[in-house]
Amino acid sequence: MGQYIVRRLLWVAFVLLLIVVITFLIFFVMPPTDPAVIFAGKQPTPELIAEVKRQFGLDRALPVQIVLFVKRVFLGDQYGWPGLGLSFNTRSALKPIILSRLLVTIQLALGAALVWVLLGIPIGILSALKPRSIFDRLAMGFALVGVSAPVFFLGPLFLYIFWFRFGLGGLGSGYYSIGQYGLGTWFTHFIGPWTVLALLYAAFYARMTRANLIETMAQDYIRTARAKGLSERRVVLKHGLRASLTPLVTMFGLDLGGLLGGAFITETVFNLKGIGAYAIKAVFSGDLYAIVDVTLIAGFFITFANLVVDIVYAFLDPRVRYS
Amino acid sequence: MPEPLLEVRDLRVHFPTEDGLVKAVDGVSFSLQPGETLGVVGESGSGKSVTFLTVMGLVTSDQAVIEGEVIFEGQDLLKLPKDEMRNIRGSKMSMVFQDPMTSLHPFYKVGYQIAEAILTHQSVGKKEAHEQSVEMLGRVGIPKPRERANQYPHEFSGGMRQRAMIAMALSLNPDMLIADEPTTALDVTVQAQILDLIDRLREEFNASVVIITHDLGVVAEHCDNIQVMYAGKIVEFGDRRDIYYGSHHPYTWGLLGSISRLDSASKERLQPIKGLPPSLIFVPPGCAFHPRCPYVFDRCRAEIPRLLPTDGHHASACHLTLSDKERIFNEEVMVRR
Repeated sequence: MGQYIVRRLLWVAFVLLLIVVITFLIFFVMPPTDPAVIFAGKQPTPELIAEVKRQFGLDRALPVQIVLFVKRVFLGDQYGWPGLGLSFNTRSALKPIILSRLLVTIQLALGAALVWVLLGIPIGILSALKPRSIFDRLAMGFALVGVSAPVFFLGPLFLYIFWFRFGLGGLGSGYYSIGQYGLGTWFTHFIGPWTVLALLYAAFYARMTRANLIETMAQDYIRTARAKGLSERRVVLKHGLRASLTPLVTMFGLDLGGLLGGAFITETVFNLKGIGAYAIKAVFSGDLYAIVDVTLIAGFFITFANLVVDIVYAFLDPRVRYS
Repeated sequence: MPEPLLEVRDLRVHFPTEDGLVKAVDGVSFSLQPGETLGVVGESGSGKSVTFLTVMGLVTSDQAVIEGEVIFEGQDLLKLPKDEMRNIRGSKMSMVFQDPMTSLHPFYKVGYQIAEAILTHQSVGKKEAHEQSVEMLGRVGIPKPRERANQYPHEFSGGMRQRAMIAMALSLNPDMLIADEPTTALDVTVQAQILDLIDRLREEFNASVVIITHDLGVVAEHCDNIQVMYAGKIVEFGDRRDIYYGSHHPYTWGLLGSISRLDSASKERLQPIKGLPPSLIFVPPGCAFHPRCPYVFDRCRAEIPRLLPTDGHHASACHLTLSDKERIFNEEVMVRR
């Protein structure tokens, strides 16, 4: 198992390197927003641009730039570790910006994850146990809405109903950290984003749980469990659910990993300064190092989540362990 | 005549489906004595499995229309509340199924699954239950049972898995063990081992055994009485000698004729029963077997034959006269064999 993990970590490192290379390539191949120009300010003279380029190493060959970037990430730069560089827009260190943005996104992602697990899976279980009943039809109808209605529709709708119409100021948009505004304000301002973001995932999870559980309950080992005289509750939870959960755990890990890279629509609609919104900003302003940093972080979360999920799967399904 | 362990009276199990009412079991009556081994033989769709799933309470009135009586140790199981039935199921009567690979939960250790059955019905500690499950694995002939109890089903071979299932079924010392096609999913060589195991355990545990199979060869050595089923009804009932050396139903003759023999000339073709098993929604009128019967005559198409004793407890459901049956058996069936 140890060997396996080491191999996988090396693979993670390789994938991240690839991400950095490709991001650089895309940046320099696409219609250029020359970072030097951005940095130099309004109406820069060619000499100024050349000077800026020299200072930031932008006049070097592309592979050299990439190597320098990677080196700084691992060894740190003048702003600390990891060396995330600086923003050409604000001309300040990227690390504190990114960390604070990441903090917001993590709060958003974890909260939404909790909501969608607590909402989606029980609904899926109840639907599976009473297929084609009224509850099942309503639940799957709700799931259909959740899967179809986009965040940029539900978000404003939520704000319109609760903040505007009902005047519940506490449910408005914006990020209010616990440290500065207290638990209550923080919480009420996250209800909207959590719910709206979780709805899509809850719908998926409800449908998946239902399908998995229905299929599992038709298996032979469920008949054996009943033949042993076990209570129906035990049959469903310990025998049925246990087997249907493994694909859900996999999905959860991957979903959360992806979400930690940023949920830019939700963040934009609810005015949360998360890393997703920052990514959009960086791309539109051509802020090279910011773009690469954000992409690298998202890539890291996803590949790492993949690794964790594979390990967890081996714990859950003993048949997988010996391959 | 002592009290029968199990007495089934006119059991009917009909499943309502979109295509119509499936009459899986349609008027089945028989009894099982303590210590007896009963073989139940029939094709897929004959109702043999559904009969015993209903006896076990695994087919309920939520899924099917059930009529008749199932009297086990003096109680009509069909009238029992679900909780009481759950107490009996797994402890007083237990069942082993066809495919042990899919019948065991892939995510739990084998010892755990056996101990779970014990813990459900007995108030013992977990350690004690685990010890009992290790002991049971030993009793069914699995070497190194302590190690095996800590393994998962996919680490066992097919024969061992079936042994483990049998261990699980016998762990609470039931009065009746129902084995539904216990050897069908196994290699031929392993089949014999499992059947011998069931024989041995029946004596050790003093249980009655029901072996459900489509294979007449399987029941030959291991069953006291044999019941042949077709289209939801019993068409013949008798002991070993009756069925093999003097059967009285064209379907049974067909089954006997389709057994391949080691000593037959290699050029001899197997004699299958012509035609296909009938739909259980649109069962043929009269005798359900009549479309496939080589000896059919008018009465067969109109009137359902009743299961009537021909001598002693040997009974068959066929309109042919006894002398005709005996003649046909001696002249045609015996010769073919």
